[in-house]
Amino acid sequence: MKVEDIKRSGQAAAESGSVRPVLSVSGLSVAVRGEEGERDVVSDLTFGLMRGETLCIAGESGSGKSMTALAIMGLLPQPAARIGSGSIRLGNQDLAALSESGMRRIRGDRIAMIFQEPMTSLNPVLSVGRQLTEAIEAHTSMSRSNSRLRALEALKAVRIPDAERRLEHYPHELSGGMRQRVMIAMALALNPDVLIADEPTTALDVTVQGEVLELLRDLQREHGTSVILITHDMGVVAEMADRVIIMRDGRMVEQGRAADIFNRPQADYTRELLAAVPRIGGGRTAEDRQDAANMPAELVSVSDLHVRFDLHGGFFGRVDRRVHAVEGVSFSIAPHETLSLVGESGCGKSTTAKAIAGLVPFTGSISIGGHDLSALSRKERKAVRRNVQMIFQDPFASLDPRMRVGDLVAEPLLIHGLGDREQRHAQIAALFERVGLSADQMERYPHEFSGGQRQRICIARALALRPKLIIADESVSALDVSVQARVLRLLKELQREFGVAYLFISHDMAVVENISDRVAVMYLGQIVEMGTRDQIFSNPRHPYTKRLIEAVPVPDPGRRRARFARLDSEIPSAVRRIGDEPRKLKLEDVGDGHLVAT
Amino acid sequence: MTNPIAPELSAAGRMPAKPRAGVWRRLLKRPLALLGLGIIAVVLAGAILAPWLTGYDPNEQMFDGLTLEGAPLPPGAQFWLGTDLLGRDLLTRLLFGARTSLIIGIVANGVALLIGTLVGITAGYFRGWIGSALMRFTDLMMAFPALLLAICLAAVLQPSLWIVAMVIALVNWVQTARVIYTETSSLSEREFIDAERTIGASAPRILFRHILPHLLPTIIVWGTLGISTTVLLEATLSYLGIGVQPPTASWGNIIFENQTYFQAAPWLVFFPGAAILALALAFNLVGDALRDILDPTQRGRA
Repeated sequence: MKVEDIKRSGQAAAESGSVRPVLSVSGLSVAVRGEEGERDVVSDLTFGLMRGETLCIAGESGSGKSMTALAIMGLLPQPAARIGSGSIRLGNQDLAALSESGMRRIRGDRIAMIFQEPMTSLNPVLSVGRQLTEAIEAHTSMSRSNSRLRALEALKAVRIPDAERRLEHYPHELSGGMRQRVMIAMALALNPDVLIADEPTTALDVTVQGEVLELLRDLQREHGTSVILITHDMGVVAEMADRVIIMRDGRMVEQGRAADIFNRPQADYTRELLAAVPRIGGGRTAEDRQDAANMPAELVSVSDLHVRFDLHGGFFGRVDRRVHAVEGVSFSIAPHETLSLVGESGCGKSTTAKAIAGLVPFTGSISIGGHDLSALSRKERKAVRRNVQMIFQDPFASLDPRMRVGDLVAEPLLIHGLGDREQRHAQIAALFERVGLSADQMERYPHEFSGGQRQRICIARALALRPKLIIADESVSALDVSVQARVLRLLKELQREFGVAYLFISHDMAVVENISDRVAVMYLGQIVEMGTRDQIFSNPRHPYTKRLIEAVPVPDPGRRRARFARLDSEIPSAVRRIGDEPRKLKLEDVGDGHLVAT
Repeated sequence: MTNPIAPELSAAGRMPAKPRAGVWRRLLKRPLALLGLGIIAVVLAGAILAPWLTGYDPNEQMFDGLTLEGAPLPPGAQFWLGTDLLGRDLLTRLLFGARTSLIIGIVANGVALLIGTLVGITAGYFRGWIGSALMRFTDLMMAFPALLLAICLAAVLQPSLWIVAMVIALVNWVQTARVIYTETSSLSEREFIDAERTIGASAPRILFRHILPHLLPTIIVWGTLGISTTVLLEATLSYLGIGVQPPTASWGNIIFENQTYFQAAPWLVFFPGAAILALALAFNLVGDALRDILDPTQRGRA
């Protein structure tokens, strides 16, 4: 197997101490100037990177992993951060002591970097071909036409179909996965010694992530490039790493071969980190599942929901195309139940949630607690909607930064005129305590809290009105794994205590498996499969569901996938011309309410 | 991942701040804000106490106010800031002119800001046909020559100081509306606004409690920029005979009357110009400080 080859060669390089590392970092400290003076965000970090090796630097946010990458690239945010001490040697050169102009020659040519968000790292007003060509021209004396040929080769190397045509495209015309491939092409076009990839697949869908990771592995084998892969995802680490460095608070906690880190972790922190990683198959135990048969009737029922957005174009801005975001989705949620909607970006899962929460106009019917929303007056609708609250993905963006958190949590009560000042205060203090914050933190502002704490504030806010349904839209995706595990536990406890139902929206199959009673898989605005958690995970019927489950990287280096089935075409677009309606899928019951599209 | 530089800054031990009650106290702690407040206080006092501060009449053309050749006097012991072309004491005219200019700079500008903000915020939040109608109207107003509009309005209405202030407000709100519209429409896309909608917040509540505070920095900047433009617009209008009628002094018309003699008698343009600058700067300093104080995320930073 090819993967095994790389693994062996990497290990061989690491084990034979006589071979000099391509890049060696020793005693590196990075200091950042903040409000309270200078603070080390990386301290005393030492490691070596061998030729052809993949070194993963893993850790949670604030562990200093990204700062390490930026220090190596000489791209530390100026003037706040600087290298305090230590050396970064590339061959015989000390990069830490190099001037900016010297560094510019190294960057791109000998060390290349790819970033998390490919849209923001590409210039939106230049074509892909032009950007690639310019990057090549900047470092070589090649003529324009030769550079262009080289650019084309690079695009072909990253398996972009129809590469000649793609050269003329602009970044917004490509999908996220394609853009990240272009970034990889750009990084590898000049055959660098070292490639630093900072969370390269975090912003991508799982199936695309699988393809991009595999591509990185293949290219590394062909070119013999050394890779530093920075990630928070232990699944990705297990999939890719020869060696692993675990970082926390700017310090190296542990380093070793991937198999050792996963199978025999030495440090307590590594053990905690690995324990917190959600795994498929490690879901909830049977006893805390509620018996579906005893459930009362439906709490929420959605039938034939359509959400379409008109696009204007041509002369006079006529509507000529339409985004078919949600196409005839029907499901119901029972009280105390957790239904998960899963699917990749653009499948319509968030739009479905927004329709239920009243944020986007829809057709079809949504009824909450037996009241059909479209049949109600504005005032009645407000009263019914009180029973549905939402927790958003980004706890940094979903709280008004100019309000104190106590006021934010009190706001729903105030709006619906519940209780007087004293009662509200008491109730909010109790909510704060319940979600694991202290009541005296109510006077603070959102920016004074960490991501996990802010998500707790959002949960408290959603609970304030005692809703019957909470919609959690990717609510744990932006959190570190250990924080994620704690927030998931809190959500489960609250469900038991308050008897709320959850509509849980996520792209992360492992998390979904952990929390759901039932699961619905969405693809291009329609549900392709729906059933209980066990039906979906132990007996997936639809090919797309199977693919989604397979794509999740397993946090175990012993179970690396040899090859990931690649899609030849991109996911079709949900944008269609007027009159060109998508085909409606029919769901068929394959037994015990397990619905599969045919 | 979002903020690698300042992770987990929970700011333990920071005093729970009481925002509104302490605004005034915190304002007084900032030296620059204090300077700004000082200048505003001096101008205000000058305008109110003008008759008692000076022994001259602002409109009296004095014999000894001109040289034997009929040229204005430079600053000196008798006329501290010199005299103008007609032999009137410049300091006295500046003090009395402050009354006009303050009304124009604060009231006219304030009303313009209010209209602009209301139009911009409504159009930016509701969009749809209301938004389109309001913004097309704004564009129309922008395309229409401001001076011509002001002349038309002033001709129809009887000229008085307050009418002039209203005319200026009606001409000046458009830029603010445009800028506020753009900012509001991007703010309404932010997730916390969606979050407000899901808890059932009404439109006025979202607009005034959640969007308006975020627009404060822009409003403050446009407000202070507007002071000098409105003061000068008033002068233009009075030059055209539709503003404040001579011989009533305003800072703008002092500059306009004397600009052609700039080289021979520079003080006649310099002092009123400096007064406008100082007033605008003072509001800017106070505005900047207010913006920082009212923004909780800025607290503790210089």
